[in-house]
Amino acid sequence: MKGFETVLRRLKALVPLALLLAASGCANDSGGGAGGGVAGGSGVRSAHMEAIRSRGQLSCGVDGQVAGFSSVGADGRYRGFDVDVCRAVAAALLGSGEKVEFRNLTATQRFPAVASGEVDLLSRNTTVTLGRDAPGGNGMSFAPVLFHDGVGVMVPVASGITNLAGLQGRPICLLSGATSEQALTDAMRRDNHSYVPLKFSTIDEMFGAYQQGRCAAASIDRSALAAQRTTFADPAAHRILPDVLSKEPLGPATAQADPAWADAVRWIVYALIEAEDQGITQANVKAKLAEARTNPKLADRRRFLGVEGNLGSQLGLPDDFVVKAITAVGNYGEIYSRNVGDGSPLKITPGPNRLWKDGGLLVSPPFR
Amino acid sequence: MTATPWWRNRRLLPWLLQGAVGLVVLLVIALLMTNLVRNLTAAGLLLSWRWLGQPAGFDLSETLLPFNASMSYGRALLVGLVNTLRVIVIALVGSSLLGLLVGMAAFSRNGLLRGLARVYVEVVRNVPLLLQLLFWYFVVFLALPDGTAALRLPAVVLAKSGLYLAGFSQGSWQLPQLANSGWQAPLHLSVEFAALLTGLITYIGAFIAEVVRGGIASVPRGQWEAAGALGLHWAASLRHIVLPQALRVIIPGLTNQYISLAKASSLALACGFTDLYSVAETTLNQTGRAVEVVLVLLAAYLSIDLLISATMNGLNRLVQVRER
Repeated sequence: MKGFETVLRRLKALVPLALLLAASGCANDSGGGAGGGVAGGSGVRSAHMEAIRSRGQLSCGVDGQVAGFSSVGADGRYRGFDVDVCRAVAAALLGSGEKVEFRNLTATQRFPAVASGEVDLLSRNTTVTLGRDAPGGNGMSFAPVLFHDGVGVMVPVASGITNLAGLQGRPICLLSGATSEQALTDAMRRDNHSYVPLKFSTIDEMFGAYQQGRCAAASIDRSALAAQRTTFADPAAHRILPDVLSKEPLGPATAQADPAWADAVRWIVYALIEAEDQGITQANVKAKLAEARTNPKLADRRRFLGVEGNLGSQLGLPDDFVVKAITAVGNYGEIYSRNVGDGSPLKITPGPNRLWKDGGLLVSPPFR
Repeated sequence: MTATPWWRNRRLLPWLLQGAVGLVVLLVIALLMTNLVRNLTAAGLLLSWRWLGQPAGFDLSETLLPFNASMSYGRALLVGLVNTLRVIVIALVGSSLLGLLVGMAAFSRNGLLRGLARVYVEVVRNVPLLLQLLFWYFVVFLALPDGTAALRLPAVVLAKSGLYLAGFSQGSWQLPQLANSGWQAPLHLSVEFAALLTGLITYIGAFIAEVVRGGIASVPRGQWEAAGALGLHWAASLRHIVLPQALRVIIPGLTNQYISLAKASSLALACGFTDLYSVAETTLNQTGRAVEVVLVLLAAYLSIDLLISATMNGLNRLVQVRER
């Protein structure tokens, strides 16, 4: 049984809420920006970045249970797409991708945990929505979308169900509080299908019940379905229906109260995409940097890698933050392939998660 | 004759002291509240209740009150509250009966019965409730077969899709029946509800058994012997002589157990049951109104517990010896 982890998670369930109430001091310090320290040497004020520097560690909120996105390996090391984003930000800011403290958060815990400052960065396959971004809603500040996903439905092949209509009146396992819950409700209502929602608070519990045959189907983001299926004893016995119920653009988030910190995270994320665009990889970043140093004609790359100009310090980051991030985790394509693409057991086809020039949706504004 | 100075005035002094303490408490509360409101305002999270009337947009299973996704968040929370109350009431009756039987068994002359009661109490009360709920749900109830292979007992069918009980329907006694590879019966409990109920009843039942045992043990041995001398059987002396006296000790302890039962019911989400906490969690996620939703939860559980407490205190006054 996966009991113990669940117990720990549950005990922590109320912590962020308590923190939100107790965040009095924090809100005062970081809210007005009056007390913020000077970072990077160019007058960028961000209480958050100052706090991370003095702590020497980035506190990053992840799910911790989704293979390929964030999970703990047998060696106790966090791995995954979301985890690499945390490491890239830590490397850009602190110089090392290892200076991260990972916090497992449930879907319900995540926003209060960011708002209260318990975590600096949320990298937990979180869908960007208006309600979550708006000051009157969850009040997050979203970094660019890093994964274009959609809600899907998985059924056992043996059940013979091939479309949503086949789920009429049947129980469906859901994750409590995820956007997928709303997407499924909307799709089923639109087609006038009734169903019995069974909600769980963690992915493990949800798929535990699904595998025991309690539900006719499980519904969540298609990437998570694919990831979870790899952990089954017989992955081939389960089918992901072709229906895509919603668009779920997933992106990292920070607290709205600190715009300078949100900007820094946004451009570190863009840097991962831009690096792929410029063909800079984890393996060749040193060579590309040396080349840029000696050849003044490569102006674009010189600015990007911090050889000339002060793009980094404008954000309150070191000027060579891009080099540090790429050295730690590689560019976007490498992160994708290693964790969820061809180089992983998940083998999710990139689809829209490719560069704009390859027909995908990923684009980085220029580093100028 | 000189007047008593105020610091020795035994009528005035208590009032002054209590007034001072009361003032300090009020000041602390006021300080906390203004701090909360100031910081919530700064974070743009000032309390707002408009979301209660907005359509919920999510579905719920097992609703006693009619509910669909176009009804309001307020209605959804009410449906959750009714489900929570349903669990509490049934578990309260069940755990009392179980606790009473096990508590009495501790005084049985049958050594095996005494031993079994002891083992049950020690095992159940020393394992966290959440683990027990996960055990009942994932290991026991979800392991049940479904369809034709379902477990058939007289008048009850246990299947993965739920518990089917015989009952009166349309004026006649009906047994669970298999139709279209699914069971149909007058009474249907989901496995989520059954697992939660089983977990709560066995867990709280163990604590109640100890309360009952303590109550019976508090009755002097002479009472048993006197009853025996009158020719009463063990069961009769327990029922007519000992239990009525033991109740005075049992009821205050029982109140505590009922209150913790009400609070423990909020673990329902562990086994997928839609209770107040589960609805609140979805609501919190969709609206982002963390503080308000938690306040609603606090108020709901506080009212339930205060109600239990008041009822039990009334009951306690009834069974106490009236002394002159």
